[in-house]
Amino acid sequence: MPYNEPHPLEVKIISRRFGLPNSASISTYLANEGYDAIRKAVTMTPDAIIEELKVSNLRGRGGAGFPTGLKWSFVPRTSPKAKYIMVNADESEPGTCKDRLLMEFDPHQLLEGMMIGGYTMGAKYGWIYIRGEYRYLIDIMDRAIAEAYEKGFLGDNLHGTEFSFHVRTHSGAGAYECGEESALLESFEGKRGIPRIRPPFPAVSGAYQCPTLLNNVETFCTVPPILLMGGAQYAGLGVAKAGGTKLLCISGHVNRPGVYELPLGFPMMRAIEEVAGGMRNGKKLKAVIPGGSSCPMLKADECDITMDYDALAKAKSMLGSGGMIVLDEDTDMVRVALRIMRFYQHESCGWCIPCREGTTWLKKLLTRFVEGAGTNNDIIMIGDLAKNMLGRTFCPLGDAAAMPIISIIEKFRNEFEDYLTHGPKPRIKYQNQLALV
Amino acid sequence: MTLSPTLETKFQSLLSNYPADKMRSAMIPMLIYGQDELGSVTPELIAEVATRVGVQPLQVSEVMSYYSMLHAKPLGKFHVQICTNVSCQLTGGEDLWDQACHKLGIGHKEATMDHLISLEEVECIGACSWAPAIQINYDFHHHVTPEKLDQLIDSLRSTHAV
Repeated sequence: MPYNEPHPLEVKIISRRFGLPNSASISTYLANEGYDAIRKAVTMTPDAIIEELKVSNLRGRGGAGFPTGLKWSFVPRTSPKAKYIMVNADESEPGTCKDRLLMEFDPHQLLEGMMIGGYTMGAKYGWIYIRGEYRYLIDIMDRAIAEAYEKGFLGDNLHGTEFSFHVRTHSGAGAYECGEESALLESFEGKRGIPRIRPPFPAVSGAYQCPTLLNNVETFCTVPPILLMGGAQYAGLGVAKAGGTKLLCISGHVNRPGVYELPLGFPMMRAIEEVAGGMRNGKKLKAVIPGGSSCPMLKADECDITMDYDALAKAKSMLGSGGMIVLDEDTDMVRVALRIMRFYQHESCGWCIPCREGTTWLKKLLTRFVEGAGTNNDIIMIGDLAKNMLGRTFCPLGDAAAMPIISIIEKFRNEFEDYLTHGPKPRIKYQNQLALV
Repeated sequence: MTLSPTLETKFQSLLSNYPADKMRSAMIPMLIYGQDELGSVTPELIAEVATRVGVQPLQVSEVMSYYSMLHAKPLGKFHVQICTNVSCQLTGGEDLWDQACHKLGIGHKEATMDHLISLEEVECIGACSWAPAIQINYDFHHHVTPEKLDQLIDSLRSTHAV
């Protein structure tokens, strides 16, 4: 059971039930404001619910950070077609491990968020697309769904109204690309996970070409608390244009890695020094990947920054999914660059040539470097290749692969040059000294 | 092909998860649950799934080849998946990978002669804050140290040696 001790600086909104005994059971949920939000929602108009989300300044928690209220308003609710609710639980951005906890410790909160989405859109069916590796979570969600049916929170004519809603889980089978919304829908339909050209966006033409409300697990989980506390209060927890709290998954060279719920706009250095207990083994900070491996790296001297969408965008990086990876002074950035590229090369679906070929060649060039056969020209070529992938693909995977490499080669060029002068370096043997265990 | 009663029930329930004319959606879940029981995605399983969701076997093979968790060849009884992605790389995942390869004498996507244990170097499994992490079949193991990895492999061998 991976759950770290909470930290006093946390503001626990969506993770507030995590520590409770039997937190995944419907009885614990009901005893702690569970399903109050859907009961409130069915007394509201769909427009009022969407308005509340807009006021809350909630932005998509999957990575792109698109305003959720706006996304909900894009679904054509009057369309004669069926509407669907889809949860993206294909969490696979390296550095991200939050949706796991939300499903493991509070599955009913996710179901309630989906119900509110279903009521708002007039959708009768919803699915949770869970990555195949998370089999135990599929079992947990299936149990929670069965409990919700039993207690009358799922089914037909709910809460004495016309509203009917049904939820099922859907297992993926191992593909990072399927975390991208249009590829997820292709995969859901029983096809290869290849992205669709957009527009039309899934809100208009999603699952089975029908309007589909598709959000990340964390986004759906945030909807019930927003309805209960009111959009304005939720917005007040965060900063302008980004309301509320965000689960930050802190990993890497810190003393207390873990998943912490912090208000948006929380200073990054406080997150590292105080919440995560500082750098491990007294080492100095070298760099931070702020929101999952696709985000451009920040050097230590750029880390005096707040963790929110706009501040990180201004620093030419991203909050992404909140997967914050902390790297210490001993980290070999060339090896990190290669590992990141190996990942994207493996996960590129191969549909768009700039991504398929770009990641393949970048992997080859970086491998050559690590093996000590790189040339000065390669440094330039790596940068050029990566820049030429940007914006030239159907889905953001091409950008996701290019952006970290561009930042590494710009900010840590000296390390690449070091490989040229001194040849290959041995891999640093990691000293397994966890403060935690 | 004849399915075991458990798998038959699972297939029925998976097929009931989607609108009646959208059975194809059940294909990938059926393949993965089928593989769990049969050890691999066999040609018979492909044919069976194709019939049930109403497509050609070739269409199932085409989809299957895309997904990294679906295997045409049987893996070991215990599939040891070691993550070496960034968070795990920073905390010793690559050392664990080397250690497992040496200890078992096998490499990436290979199985031991007795088909008890197979190895795979995997991409991020979503355990970054508890890195380095490995998965044995569907079970997660967090904060894995070299000693812990040794013990885990030894226990697989001793409890299940033929």
